[in-house]
Amino acid sequence: MSYENLSPEQMRYLKRIKSRKRSIVIMRIMLFVVFLAVWETAAALKWIDPFIFSSPGRIAATLSRLYTDGSLWTHVVTTLLETVAGFLLGTIAGVLIAVVLWSSETFSKVLEPYLVVANALPKIALGPVFIVWLGAGPFAIITVALTISLIVTVLEVYTGFKQTDCEKVRLVQSFGANRGQILTKVVLPSSFPIIMNSLKVNVGLSWVGVIVGEFLVSKAGLGYLIVYGGQVFQLDLVMASVVILSILAAFMYFGVQMLEKKIAKRY
Amino acid sequence: MVPAVKLDRITKRYHTPEGEISALEDITFSVQEGEFVGIVGPSGCGKTTLLSIISGLLEPSAGKVYIFGEESHGVNPKIGYMLQRDSLFEWRTIYRNVMLGLEIKNEVTPENISAIDDLLMKYGLDAFRDNYPSQLSGGMRQRAALIRTLAVNPKILLLDEAFSALDYQTRLAVNDDIYNIIKKEGKTAIMVTHDIAEAISMSERLYVLSKRPGTIKLTVDIKLSIENRTPLLSRKAPEFRQYFDMIWKELDIHVL
Repeated sequence: MSYENLSPEQMRYLKRIKSRKRSIVIMRIMLFVVFLAVWETAAALKWIDPFIFSSPGRIAATLSRLYTDGSLWTHVVTTLLETVAGFLLGTIAGVLIAVVLWSSETFSKVLEPYLVVANALPKIALGPVFIVWLGAGPFAIITVALTISLIVTVLEVYTGFKQTDCEKVRLVQSFGANRGQILTKVVLPSSFPIIMNSLKVNVGLSWVGVIVGEFLVSKAGLGYLIVYGGQVFQLDLVMASVVILSILAAFMYFGVQMLEKKIAKRY
Repeated sequence: MVPAVKLDRITKRYHTPEGEISALEDITFSVQEGEFVGIVGPSGCGKTTLLSIISGLLEPSAGKVYIFGEESHGVNPKIGYMLQRDSLFEWRTIYRNVMLGLEIKNEVTPENISAIDDLLMKYGLDAFRDNYPSQLSGGMRQRAALIRTLAVNPKILLLDEAFSALDYQTRLAVNDDIYNIIKKEGKTAIMVTHDIAEAISMSERLYVLSKRPGTIKLTVDIKLSIENRTPLLSRKAPEFRQYFDMIWKELDIHVL
């Protein structure tokens, strides 16, 4: 768009939007900087005990120490792989189970109360069970992550399937579509936004599952670092792990969001 | 001549926990090949049920459907169904929307593809083949929906309130448009509508259904003293008003 043929009012309006946007970005950065500065000062002047509350400087030092001794990557990669595995398995299995429920109304009616209870149950409670069954290792952790996102995905996607526009279903039926074609041509593509949405929710849930799983059993990973740091009273280590965790979770969320934007322009 | 569609004493009852609902009672009529027949009736009189039965989406409780003389069971490939809304899939381009029927029937052959290309070309949608439905006007979408139906080359078209989602002006234009395409392609058509004027303007014969359970209350042959009739011209015919009044009285519509 060129600015030449715009009226002065329009130009002022555009300028106002632009400067408003810029001031919001500046305020965001300021908030972060001020927060760090206050924290650092408070620790330096002993208003708070840096041994318990840590400080940005000490967190940075811990991060660089983890980086130089090479253990940073081991922990990050362990946790990341577990999370991605739990996330993918939970989402894929959830969608598949939703397809099975959709394919038989009797079956889904029979399973309904079980799903409701399974959804209400805090899945973390099953952690010790998985550890006994699968051993104290990454499989148990991935299973905890998977279980947390599984039931929510099933319920949400199945509800989406049932909300498929029945006119569209009638249309493909009038072309003689069978049940499988109704699923692949109408139900799945029209539920795509809902599947995407549950993907976004599952990113967060998988992190919860993996960290909790690592709390319970692990020899590496960010959850392990947090628990270990807490036990030996190294709050710098705990805080540093939380910082890495929030960066990773944010990246994964934006990744899913970008994927969604790329595929879902039409909905 | 063997009629394109023949209904023989069609009856349909629905079952609900609260009881049995009789939707259609003893419907008998025939439609010759190339005819455009309208069905009007108050809402809830079973018009959509009737079309579903003709198309084979629904089995009648009693009675038989004959398509070109053969008793029909299940979805009949000679029949194309146009639904209340255009129901274009917003995630498919116009071209892929139009291909839907062939995909489902597993008939994506070079001949069929070139037939679709011809249809898109002939009816001015070729330039929009890679657009998505949301980028098209209501009239264009309706055209695309018709081409989607024509793509599988049905002999008989069923139109179920196919224009009811359009605003009045667009609707008049689309009436003309769709009518001309159907006539040009030489298809037999059965249209269901609650709009009396629309029914008269497009049909050669009209069946007026009663309130539930739907029965044929009246058969009206529409004879208009105009040449080269189109829906828009039909509305200007001197007889239009009389037909309208007659059917209006028959339908016995009350607000309260």
